[in-house]
Amino acid sequence: MTALLSVEGLGISFGGLKAVNDVSFTVEPGEITSVIGPNGAGKTTLFNMISGVYQPGSGRVVLGGEDVTGMAPHLLARRGMSRTFQNLQIFQSMTVLENAISGYHLRERGPVLADLFNLPSSRRRAAQAQAGARELLARVGLDRAAEREAGNLSYGALKRLEIARALALSPRILLLDEPAAGCNAVETEEIDHLIAEVAKSGVAILLVEHDMKMVMRISNHIVVLDHGEKIAEGDPASVSRNPAVIAAYLGTEAAHADG
Amino acid sequence: MKISAKSATLLVLVVLILLSPVLFPSGYYYRVGALIFVNAIAVTGIVILTGYAGQISLGHAGFAGIGAYACALAPVHLGLHPSLALVLGAAISAVLAFLVGRPILRLKGYYLGVATLGFGILVSMVLNNERQLTGGPDGMEVPELGLRGLLEDAGLDLTNGQFWYFFCGIVLILAAWLALNLYNSPTGRALRALHGSEVAARTVGVDVARLKLQAFVISAVYASVSGSLLALQNKFITPDVAGFMHSIEMVTMAVLGGVGSVLGAIFGAAVLTLLPQVLTVFAEYEQLVLGLVMMLVMIFLPQGLLPSILRKVRGKDE
Repeated sequence: MTALLSVEGLGISFGGLKAVNDVSFTVEPGEITSVIGPNGAGKTTLFNMISGVYQPGSGRVVLGGEDVTGMAPHLLARRGMSRTFQNLQIFQSMTVLENAISGYHLRERGPVLADLFNLPSSRRRAAQAQAGARELLARVGLDRAAEREAGNLSYGALKRLEIARALALSPRILLLDEPAAGCNAVETEEIDHLIAEVAKSGVAILLVEHDMKMVMRISNHIVVLDHGEKIAEGDPASVSRNPAVIAAYLGTEAAHADG
Repeated sequence: MKISAKSATLLVLVVLILLSPVLFPSGYYYRVGALIFVNAIAVTGIVILTGYAGQISLGHAGFAGIGAYACALAPVHLGLHPSLALVLGAAISAVLAFLVGRPILRLKGYYLGVATLGFGILVSMVLNNERQLTGGPDGMEVPELGLRGLLEDAGLDLTNGQFWYFFCGIVLILAAWLALNLYNSPTGRALRALHGSEVAARTVGVDVARLKLQAFVISAVYASVSGSLLALQNKFITPDVAGFMHSIEMVTMAVLGGVGSVLGAIFGAAVLTLLPQVLTVFAEYEQLVLGLVMMLVMIFLPQGLLPSILRKVRGKDE
């Protein structure tokens, strides 16, 4: 089976410091691949290179057989890549519904003149996007908040809204950057279910997450980074037993688990 | 029946334009009203650029200048009817905005402001210095639009002031309708999205550079039409129309009224057009008072006059 996303020897330096160095792994459709590592290990930097926010210094990113290294994010979106952000990037002054609709941009966009004159074609596009967005909001449990201004939502709700917006693109691969950060146990579990459900529908998921319980519970495959380098890779059980991983990251938690 | 914000805004606008003349103490106020509408058209363009898309221009008077001088020059040199000259001016402004916007819309915040400022100054310099063509700082005459005469033949006898009041009012309603359509359209949503978070807009597939350029071109056409209408009703034009102060005025009107809302921005245009009329007694202090008003609004009502007032009113209702 060919991988949907393959990251090959990816690296980047900031002012001589190698933030990420020679990292390779693959992501398969329908599977949840997690990238873990201590703070500053380069997880988000890696994410930003894959999603086109940063230009990689070396290596390649291949999506569905096409080399997309350093491609602009809006072009990656057209090729089926969608993402969320560690520090929420919600359109605060828009309503919850409008945020979700914006995820349909690629399908609802059309000639600007049709939009200016409110032509039937423009209204039809907008109505289709709106119907889809309402369904998605129901799926993430935000349908009742649809008309509220997004800025007024709770943190956990915003996290789900961001996932809904990312799902609106009908992505082939979804990159989630700490989707459960700052959420309470209940919210974490909701997001947890949502991710598993999305993966089951055949979407490839690449996840960066600090909540180790969640990672161990839902991941099919784990990549461990430390100081910008890949130090281990494998299924949750093998990674959690790996001495290098325990030393770098799981040390204290593993000791707790044993005790 | 629940009416949409768009219908409500248009309704308010139509009613105000139709009923205000009842309060006019003299025919002179038709002229002030027409001036308000002309400014409001340009400011509605600023709402699209700054309020929707979050981009700043300090050079939009340059486009107003192009629209104004198109109406002065094209009828004389190309033999075009003044109404077609208005369209030609808008087309030239659109093409110029496209060419100028491509490189400078890559810039952000202050840099974009300074780059657009440079464009405005450039247009103003050309108009001032091409004396043979534009008459330089002394300005030049603009031919009659001729529509009033046609209406008179058709049995509708309006004074010059009345004609321009209603004509500019109709154009303003059209301009507001287009801007309101855009707001809730796919394009408008994408503009507001990139305003909210450029990086998030990119990840949902918004071609940020292209969308910014569209907003810039549309707002340039608004400014151009505003300049053309000013020239046609005054029948005389000077390079001041393209001057730096005019650019600042447009942005100030938009910010004062509330740059996020079409009605707010039109309200801002009305206030700042009326103020100098009311403040003629303080002629020397006009700039001072304007500056003070602006500072107070920015400090106490940062969202602009109208949205802040509406929020207060609604807050009390609840």
